[in-house]
Amino acid sequence: MKKSKTRSHAFVPWITTLALLVVWQIVAMALGSASLMLPPPTAIAHSITEHYDVIWPNALQTLYTTGVGFAFAVVMGMLFGLAIGASPLIYRGIYPLLIAFNAVPKVALVPIFVLWFGIGTVPAVVTAFSLAVFPIIVNVATGLSTIDAEMEDVMRSLGANRWDILTKVGIPRMTPYLFASLKIAITLAFVGSVLSETIASNEGIGFLMQAASSRFDVPLVFAGVIVIAAMAVIAYQLCELIERRFTHWAKRGK
Amino acid sequence: MSMSERFADSFAFENQGSSGATARPEPGQPQTNQPYVDLRNVSLVYGADDEQMLAIDRLDLQVRKGEFVAVVGPSGCGKSTLMKLVTGLLQPDGGAVFIQGEKTTGPVRSVGMAFQNSTLLPWRTTLSNVMLPFELVRPHRQRLRKHYDEYRERAIRLLEIVGLKEFANKYPWELSGGMQQRANVCRALIHEPPLLMLDEPFGALDAFTREELWLMTQDLWLKQRFSAILVTHDLREAVFLADRVVVLSKRPGRIILERTVDLPRPRTLQSTYEHGFSEIVTEIREKILEARA
Repeated sequence: MKKSKTRSHAFVPWITTLALLVVWQIVAMALGSASLMLPPPTAIAHSITEHYDVIWPNALQTLYTTGVGFAFAVVMGMLFGLAIGASPLIYRGIYPLLIAFNAVPKVALVPIFVLWFGIGTVPAVVTAFSLAVFPIIVNVATGLSTIDAEMEDVMRSLGANRWDILTKVGIPRMTPYLFASLKIAITLAFVGSVLSETIASNEGIGFLMQAASSRFDVPLVFAGVIVIAAMAVIAYQLCELIERRFTHWAKRGK
Repeated sequence: MSMSERFADSFAFENQGSSGATARPEPGQPQTNQPYVDLRNVSLVYGADDEQMLAIDRLDLQVRKGEFVAVVGPSGCGKSTLMKLVTGLLQPDGGAVFIQGEKTTGPVRSVGMAFQNSTLLPWRTTLSNVMLPFELVRPHRQRLRKHYDEYRERAIRLLEIVGLKEFANKYPWELSGGMQQRANVCRALIHEPPLLMLDEPFGALDAFTREELWLMTQDLWLKQRFSAILVTHDLREAVFLADRVVVLSKRPGRIILERTVDLPRPRTLQSTYEHGFSEIVTEIREKILEARA
């Protein structure tokens, strides 16, 4: 009974997606010649199959810069998050700077990255990183600060040093927070990559969309949108899968 | 077979198995009557500068080796602060705390602690939670990897005594409140610490479960004979478990009554309804009421 219920739930996202596409199709067809601005899903699908050879390498490029930026964000986010969560002094010193950095629109930073690193892969990676790192830092630091004071007393009275407390209580306690942030971070990494590619690159989906847009190939622009969205959803699902694997204890009674 | 019999059997076996490994520190001069815990004229101030509050005021308290002392008093009398002072987690502002004749300067090593909220780690199974002290306390932490099976056996045996063997591989949230608290006490005692600190450990449990855990605690104490300090609101609990009940006054905490409980052991739940028992409870209750007035 319960199983069949969860199974039927698995169809729901497909149904809503399909419904959206159907509505989109109807609206686009109703618009008639104005559908040049909003191509129907069929036209986008056609564009994807037609320009498959162009989309594929550019999608891989975007995936690559996103992945590398995300990986750096995870490593640096954990390091900073652990440092901030473990030391009130570091928290005081660094946190305001991080907030300031996070508040700066990354679009404004891309030209600077281009000046430093040239156009192409590196600024895309750096932009992806700069967007993805913040939620990871905040969540890791928050997770660490939720350690129960009594638990810490128990640990210390057993002769635990700071390292023991960090590895045996702090880090496990932090993992659900970390994985929750990864889901946000991976989508932000996509945003960063595409943003940078749009402004300063000659490869990647962002570049492809920019180029298609200047040639007024609207279906191809939308094809880019669809491809990014699909990649982001898949990456998000992957993060969720990993999360479930490692933090089953935090989701009780399932 | 009663719980205490089962317990005795199990630990007789255990002592054969790991007689060299147990970490019960031998006092320098075993014959002296030196108290295990000795609080001398201890005061503690909370807060800073203009909002200072005296939590504990010139308190003297001694706990002999193997003695079970209960501390009772109105809420906010600094009972939990006392726990922290004894374990060295807090340093007194006046006076000194001696453990085995040595003045404490930092957290006292290898004390077992159990709080009202079971502080089990949710990502570990019951067994793994109970084995946590082996990963931290010397000399076990150096030996654990090599002698893992032996330690695992030891933990399972203790879980069996308290009736949790079938739950060894369950996670804490799969256990009832009473079971969690049992596992919590097991974790506090698995490394056979010379001192056990209990901070209202059964306060959140229903009356029946609480009484069950009194029996369990008494059984464990009768076998291991650790020194114990129990902080509690429950006078019956204090009298049932303790050799001596200490009554603290309202903040700032001072000792207003010390009452030796000379009832024979092992005490049974039946004995809590007998005259001698209720007499002691009444006497302590009257003293507390007097102090509050």
